Amino acid sequence: MTFEIILQAIVSGLMMGLIYALIAAGLSLIFGLMNIVNFAHGEHLMLSMFSSFWLWQLLGLDPLFSIPITIVLMAFCGVLTHYLLIRYILKAKMLIQICATFGLSIFIRALAQFLWTPDFRSVDQPLLEGRIEIAGLFIGQPQLIASGVCLLAFALLYLFVSKTETGLALQATAQDREAAEILGIPSNRMFALGWAIGLGCVGVAGGMMTNYFFIFTDVGVNFALFAFVAVALGGFGSIIGCLYAGIIIGLVESLGGLLIDPSFKLLYVFAIYLLIVIYKPQGLFGRY
Amino acid sequence: MENLLSQARQEPLWNTNRNIVVGLAALSLFLVVFPLFGPGPFYLHLMIMIFMYAVMSQSWNVIAGLSGQISLGHGAFFGIGAYASSYLYVQYGVSPWLGILVGMFFAGIIAIAIGIPMLRLSGHYFAIATLLIGISIQVIFQRWEMVGAASGLWIPLTDESSWSALQFHDSKMPYYYLFLGFFVVTYLLVWRLSSSKIGFRLRAVRDDPQAASSLGIDISKYKIIAYAISAVIMAPMGSLFAQYILIVDPERMFSLEISIMVLLMTVLGGIGNIWGPLLGVAILIPLSEYTRIYFGGTGSAVDLILYGLILMLICVFRPAGLISLFPKHWIEREKQR
Amino acid sequence: MNILSVEGLGKSFGGIRANHDISFAIGQGEILGIIGPNGAGKSTLFDLITGYTTPDSGKVVFDGKDITGLRPDKICNQGIGRTFQKLKPFADLTLLENVMIGAFARENDIRHARDKALEIIDFVDLIEKRHHFARELSTGQRKRLELARAMATEPKLLLMDEVTGGVDQRTIPGLVALIQKMKASGVTIATIEHNINIIMEISDNILALDQGQKIAFGKPADIQNDERVIDAYLGRVDVA
Repeated sequence: MTFEIILQAIVSGLMMGLIYALIAAGLSLIFGLMNIVNFAHGEHLMLSMFSSFWLWQLLGLDPLFSIPITIVLMAFCGVLTHYLLIRYILKAKMLIQICATFGLSIFIRALAQFLWTPDFRSVDQPLLEGRIEIAGLFIGQPQLIASGVCLLAFALLYLFVSKTETGLALQATAQDREAAEILGIPSNRMFALGWAIGLGCVGVAGGMMTNYFFIFTDVGVNFALFAFVAVALGGFGSIIGCLYAGIIIGLVESLGGLLIDPSFKLLYVFAIYLLIVIYKPQGLFGRY
Repeated sequence: MENLLSQARQEPLWNTNRNIVVGLAALSLFLVVFPLFGPGPFYLHLMIMIFMYAVMSQSWNVIAGLSGQISLGHGAFFGIGAYASSYLYVQYGVSPWLGILVGMFFAGIIAIAIGIPMLRLSGHYFAIATLLIGISIQVIFQRWEMVGAASGLWIPLTDESSWSALQFHDSKMPYYYLFLGFFVVTYLLVWRLSSSKIGFRLRAVRDDPQAASSLGIDISKYKIIAYAISAVIMAPMGSLFAQYILIVDPERMFSLEISIMVLLMTVLGGIGNIWGPLLGVAILIPLSEYTRIYFGGTGSAVDLILYGLILMLICVFRPAGLISLFPKHWIEREKQR
Repeated sequence: MNILSVEGLGKSFGGIRANHDISFAIGQGEILGIIGPNGAGKSTLFDLITGYTTPDSGKVVFDGKDITGLRPDKICNQGIGRTFQKLKPFADLTLLENVMIGAFARENDIRHARDKALEIIDFVDLIEKRHHFARELSTGQRKRLELARAMATEPKLLLMDEVTGGVDQRTIPGLVALIQKMKASGVTIATIEHNINIIMEISDNILALDQGQKIAFGKPADIQNDERVIDAYLGRVDVA
């Protein structure tokens, strides 16, 4: 167990953490806006990965270049989700809201399995591949670029929400929907926008991961769970919290896998969840 | 209004609807004599699955319908029951009857252990926790050598059918009556629970926790009680199912599909109503058995596409479940006006 | 004998001082009226006393016991009941069932709970509506449902939050009579009210709050003439 191996794990955990952060940010945005947890978030990630994959498989588009398309597709998917499903359950009991997005997740995953089979797929020789050496560490190029892009997207998201007029309108709707309506901010459109951005984030993350991850119908499950924990750790409704939380989770997963046992990564992350819930339910930056 | 008060006092506590009593009597009779008409193993199997899922969905109904907390990983208790009784039998020859009790005990303990940190908080936290646990438990059992890891446990066959070892080789009929018995007992218990002090208080916790609190109800305690009861109802089904198929592995016993099914059946039928789960089960079990035959291997994917769709549709169009379609006076207590 | 004594109670939310250094006492069997403009901190005061919010400072002593910061359900067991400004009936249950849940605070047997609930429903004059679902009741009836439900817990002290708010004017005398009936049955009452006439009529003492602070405490006649209360709340009538 050399120092280098540990450092390697830290770097890799950090990189993965940035991706978790972006995925969680999408989830947190949606929750902050309308108090709905998207239990289909993992499946949406899976869809974005498949979108990137099929664009490569059928049109020969390298995943790096198809990212804009994937983002638009996922944003569209978000708008669709809002208008076809979420809109109708906004006033329903929490129980029904949870069941609805849970049902969506089952539906998407099963449909994907039916159409595309559960086989594992991967992209051959994407533009981004190989490893580079930095300071004696070997870092995968696609992973590095992916986490960089995710960090950039995260920064853009944060700036958008806090500095632009639309972003502020989103915040207003999140804080007090009725008051925002009176001020002329149409909440239905804000919600749809929230979904579009939230799933757009997922599109960035998924699209970038296609370069080096296996693509299969169940791929979203673990990511979703990690995203839920990240949002809880960061604080429901806090975007900046997702960044810290995502990184922490990435590090715990990586170091836990290295120092204890790789097959129980989920349990380490679950342990974090337990700790937050018991000691600091509002999370690091939460509103509750 | 003295006479009105004394009149009200004399009303029976349970205005049992005549339709229901008659209907239940007829149904009970039918269920008891059904196997004697020689319906064949497929139909016996179908009824067994219906009884089993009816109990499991009712278990989910207790935590979700009666106390308003969503469990997305309820299948975990099924698996715990299955493994507890099977391991004790395989390793120590303990009778499955005792194994069932042990399974119930462990399920209850685990429910309380999860409930104490999680149930104090908003419903989302709990739902996520149940999801995490459901999957974590499956992961643990897949790697736990002591209980056979991914291959699981094979229950040694007895030479002959035996009630003490809870195995029957010649016919499904004893299994049928076994599951029927548990089904009836469970539903009676849940009915008693629902119309007891605990049942009332749980509904208060579900409908308005703040108001409930002002009336002396310890919210966390009651949520935990409901969760524990629901787990304890679920576990025996796992134990019985293990005796039915005589093999126990993480794939079968902790599959996400079980958690999905019990949720779906209750929501489809009518959450919070004691007959809701049964209605959902009666619709979905035959449906799933037939798609299995029809679609073969891809059957489960088609099943799930349908389930996801049905769940979403119910949430949007009829959140109270299909039972709300029945004329009110069939299913509700008669009210004196 | 003071049944409730509040000393130096304070609570801030972020930068806002919702309650600051509030002290008063209620004698057994009395009715305390609590008045003040919106945002004065009246409901917060109730939340602090009944455990829905933990005070930053101060003490609440009930019947000789320090109950500061106890959980709401424990407060109920001690003998304090409350109603809420924003009504909280159990909508999917009947009136009878609603009140039974209150009764279960002291009863274990379902039959006894039912009988006690019936008595109380009769007390508030809603016996004909006992099998109606709570969501079918009018606002005035729901207010009585909350009262009945709280009464079913056999409180020694009942905190009522704007019982006459938003109800049909014609039902108000009935409500006032009900409150008097409750006092006669031995319950001590603290009631937040905006209807000054009612407060003056029924209260033994009045506590006036403004911007989170106590500005006056005393008999109705004194409060009516109190400068600070008039400035903050009652308003002046300029006689030309």
